[in-house]
Amino acid sequence: MKIKKNIATSENGFIFNPATGDSFSGNAMATAILSAMKNNEPDEQIRKNILEKYDVTAEQLNRDWEDWTIQLREANLIEC
Amino acid sequence: MGKLKYERPFIRKLNANPMNKFGAAPESQYVSSIEEHPVKELLAQYGSPLFVLSEKQIRKNVRAALRSFKTRYPAVQFAWSYKTNYLNAVCNIFHQEGSWAEVVSGFEYRKALGNGVPGNKIIFNGPAKQIEDLLLAIENDSLLHIDHLDELYTLLSICETISKKPRVAIRVNMDTGIYPSWDRFGFNYENEEAWSAITKIISSGKLNLVGLHCHIGTFMLSVNAYSIAARKMCTLALRCKSQLNNPIEYLDLGGGLPSTNTLKGAYLPGVDTVPSVDDFAEAITTAILEAGFSQDELPLLIMECGRVLIDDAGYLLGSVIANKRLGDGRRATIVDFGVNTLFTSFWYNHQITPAQEFSQHSENMVLYGPLCMNIDVIRESINLPMLNPGDNLVVHKVGAYNMTQWMQFITSRPGIVLIDENSRVHQVRKPETLEYMEAPELVPEHLTPDKTNK
Repeated sequence: MKIKKNIATSENGFIFNPATGDSFSGNAMATAILSAMKNNEPDEQIRKNILEKYDVTAEQLNRDWEDWTIQLREANLIEC
Repeated sequence: MGKLKYERPFIRKLNANPMNKFGAAPESQYVSSIEEHPVKELLAQYGSPLFVLSEKQIRKNVRAALRSFKTRYPAVQFAWSYKTNYLNAVCNIFHQEGSWAEVVSGFEYRKALGNGVPGNKIIFNGPAKQIEDLLLAIENDSLLHIDHLDELYTLLSICETISKKPRVAIRVNMDTGIYPSWDRFGFNYENEEAWSAITKIISSGKLNLVGLHCHIGTFMLSVNAYSIAARKMCTLALRCKSQLNNPIEYLDLGGGLPSTNTLKGAYLPGVDTVPSVDDFAEAITTAILEAGFSQDELPLLIMECGRVLIDDAGYLLGSVIANKRLGDGRRATIVDFGVNTLFTSFWYNHQITPAQEFSQHSENMVLYGPLCMNIDVIRESINLPMLNPGDNLVVHKVGAYNMTQWMQFITSRPGIVLIDENSRVHQVRKPETLEYMEAPELVPEHLTPDKTNK
């Protein structure tokens, strides 16, 4: 899953898509993941880092990752 | 070093809509305890979901409402509307506060007797009183509120066989300027049906007409409607005295006073729009005081308030079962209480708050109950923080009608606890079990499991 190159993100959770004009706000977790995605980190690495750093089970993260993917697709923020 | 707190990743589209001065304030101040009892502990001990009632709040409500009327009018009597919540523990709180019982069926009538209410302090309303119920009520000298002519004729024929003269009132319906106008209960005022019933009663000589009753609607938001109703009832009472020489001892203005819940479709929240009990009391008592009764002939004013006295004393605690994303991108959360348990979710946009701390991020979502039915929607749209399975929720203002109108459907009905004035928790109804539900069932011999599974 790759985030579109032109998507702008800020450290405080603001996300802007210049192609559509849409803007979004994200929580801290979303901001951290988007930042990692912008750095071209592969999904597996991002998830691994989250499991090491945050208090969450692999099962919970798996479920939330599914939902995260849907949100990004709905928001038109990832490459097809 | 410990791990960081995790929250489900979430983004929300920012919309540059025109500003809205009513803007939806986040409903979510978390409520982790009810009167000092942690939600988690209550659910762990009594199971989820769970209704919680506050005795302190019930008593506070009834005392405040009574004060609103008694400071304006010399003779006021409250009668607890059993159908609103007929848990014996609840009824007895109201009876301890001096309320009579207002019942609408033989089942409720017998509950009132079982709660030790003297027969002469039971008001028997309802359109479908059975003959055995009428006989019992007559024997106990209860106040019979006649709903229709057939009931009147039934009573008159009963009187042929007994020596007692039952105390009765007629139920009156009328135009109070509201829509829809309730005309299904009682006799109509405008077309003289009510007056005709009164004359029939008095000319029969077999019934003692002591009161007049009306119940103009439910969740009434118009104070003026009560003013009109009170004036029309007074006109009828004064006419009874002057034309039939039958003074009316009491006027029963029924119930229908609203709680501060927010009705579905309402633009503003109930707390901002619902008139206070004081407003209703002022309208009703002013109309009676100005009607033309002499000071010593003022009739007793009976009120049958229900939901306004108990709605905000009830909470429903529940748990999140699952989250999912709908086809249109909306978030959906499934909780363990549905419309079968929270019947009033058909009418209200209930205030629902998380029972644990959360971050500032919230998401608009649909809140579904656990039923395998499309209608099982608790809130079509509500802003709640990120909820995870196992998190708890508190639904507010559920004390009225839920614990009587709930349905045994797909799941069994949950337990109910009452927190008393000393903050002690009492279980006042156990959760239903399979054995309880199946107890009245009878299975024909040829359909027993051993014959079926051969």
